[in-house]
Amino acid sequence: MSAKFPDAAMSVLDLLFAPGFFASAPVQTALIIGSAAAIVSALIGVFTVLRGQSFAGHALSDISSAGGSVAFLLGISALWGFLGVAVLAAGALELAGLRRAKERDLVTGIVLGAGLGLTALLLHLDIGTRSSGGAAISVMFGSIFAIPASMVLSMLGVSAVAVLLIGLIYRPLLLTSLDPNLASAQGVRVHAVGLLHLLILSLAVTLSAMTIGAILSTALLIGPAAAAVQIARRPGRALILAVLFGLIATWGGVLLAYDSYAWTPGQAWPVSFFITSLAFLIYLGARLWKRLPIARRTAEA
Amino acid sequence: MNTLAETLTVSQLSVSFPGRQVLQDVSFSLASGEVCGLIGSNGSGKTTLLRTILGLQAATSGTVHLNGAVGYVPQKIAFDMDMPLRARDVVGLGLDGNRLGLPLPSLSKRRKVDAMLRAVGAEAFADQRIGDLSGGQQQRVLIAHAMIRRPRLLLLDEPLANLDVRAVADIVGLLNRFAREEGVTVLVSAHDMNPLLSVMDRIVYLAQGRAATGRTETVVRTEVLSRLYGHHIDVIRVHGRVLVIAAGAADEIPIAVEKHPVHVCEIP
Repeated sequence: MSAKFPDAAMSVLDLLFAPGFFASAPVQTALIIGSAAAIVSALIGVFTVLRGQSFAGHALSDISSAGGSVAFLLGISALWGFLGVAVLAAGALELAGLRRAKERDLVTGIVLGAGLGLTALLLHLDIGTRSSGGAAISVMFGSIFAIPASMVLSMLGVSAVAVLLIGLIYRPLLLTSLDPNLASAQGVRVHAVGLLHLLILSLAVTLSAMTIGAILSTALLIGPAAAAVQIARRPGRALILAVLFGLIATWGGVLLAYDSYAWTPGQAWPVSFFITSLAFLIYLGARLWKRLPIARRTAEA
Repeated sequence: MNTLAETLTVSQLSVSFPGRQVLQDVSFSLASGEVCGLIGSNGSGKTTLLRTILGLQAATSGTVHLNGAVGYVPQKIAFDMDMPLRARDVVGLGLDGNRLGLPLPSLSKRRKVDAMLRAVGAEAFADQRIGDLSGGQQQRVLIAHAMIRRPRLLLLDEPLANLDVRAVADIVGLLNRFAREEGVTVLVSAHDMNPLLSVMDRIVYLAQGRAATGRTETVVRTEVLSRLYGHHIDVIRVHGRVLVIAAGAADEIPIAVEKHPVHVCEIP
């Protein structure tokens, strides 16, 4: 009698975590790298959302795909390709120095178009010269299960740099996001802070591009952060919530993708699909939660 | 001119933007504890003058001499509804928002913020999100943000715009208290001088890029403002309020004497 309950629990666990999940090396790498990408994206994403620069964030991710395709062409690690192009594009956007939202969106859109055009050419060349038909899929939609173990340290290094930078400029970044005039009156160098924000953003975008793909990395950048600022009343809690949401989406996505081997035998569903869908559902959930009476009560407490 | 009692001395200050002279030869000085109204219609250079005093805008010529720290309340900020900052977080950023590194919990900071929130009457909504507050409440929080470092000079850019009558009176009372009780010099810009008349020691009246400055009663006179504008201006006092009316425009501008007899007209 008493032995039956654990059996039942085990089979539920088996259903949730398909056999071999925790033992699989690609899964372990995916969880580590995915977490790093989710944490960095969620942290900087909160500021990106508050600064109204979500479109710039999206553009940077898309443009970084040109870097990923160059890397394929040159046979170097995609990480450095994504990183190089994202940082260059961030610098270009900041150099344009546009403060009016409308002009900024316009220039961002134009640079984005040009960047994606370049990607089209590079991917074409990739396929031609290296006959790597997988390049396009991998650059655009990520390859979280195919990250070589040798890249793990470099990616964790990039993540550490990003998190340290966020910690360093946390207060000026928050103040500038609240209002640039307030910040500059307090002696904050608003332009330098803006440039650093874009630089950290390009690090986050690079990490996400490696995991869920260049054109999907916005999902990890904006979704968890946008959900968190709906709910949190203080900045510290917004950051913590955003990180939690990002991790839930990433871990849930990796798990579901692994499980999906069993749904359509031999053919797993793309992990990026699950991560982005979960991020979307979390955002919807946050919007709904905000409307509940209980949310209002806690907000007043 | 530069005696120690003067908190702010502006001498022959000129500022121009490409193709446009915004301020020309503006001179005035403010003593400790004085309240000064910076009055002028939209586009008359009020914000530019404040930004130049703060050092955020370069002057073409002339000097600004400051004696002590400056606090600043910028023109109406449209706070994002989703901004995850409570009123007390905004005030706290006034204390250390320019510092690097993560903020560590600090009892002395908490005490300073609480004291400042009390000083502006914002305790009741200290833990609400800044975006959820009314315009008058936000203005109190911004004043606390600017005052928490105990500046000797407080600059405010149109703090009374878009506030209801009650909130206007509250904010004016608050500014007056900081000036009288703590000796803070207050320079406050407004397009309508009337709410400030009861507390204003001095006035800097901007028009056509130039300024008429001095004690309120000596500046707000038909002759002085007519000279400033370069054409005839009528200054009329009704029920303790001041109307500044451009000659010839009276037909177009309804100065209706209805239930609320006073309507301040801007000079076209």
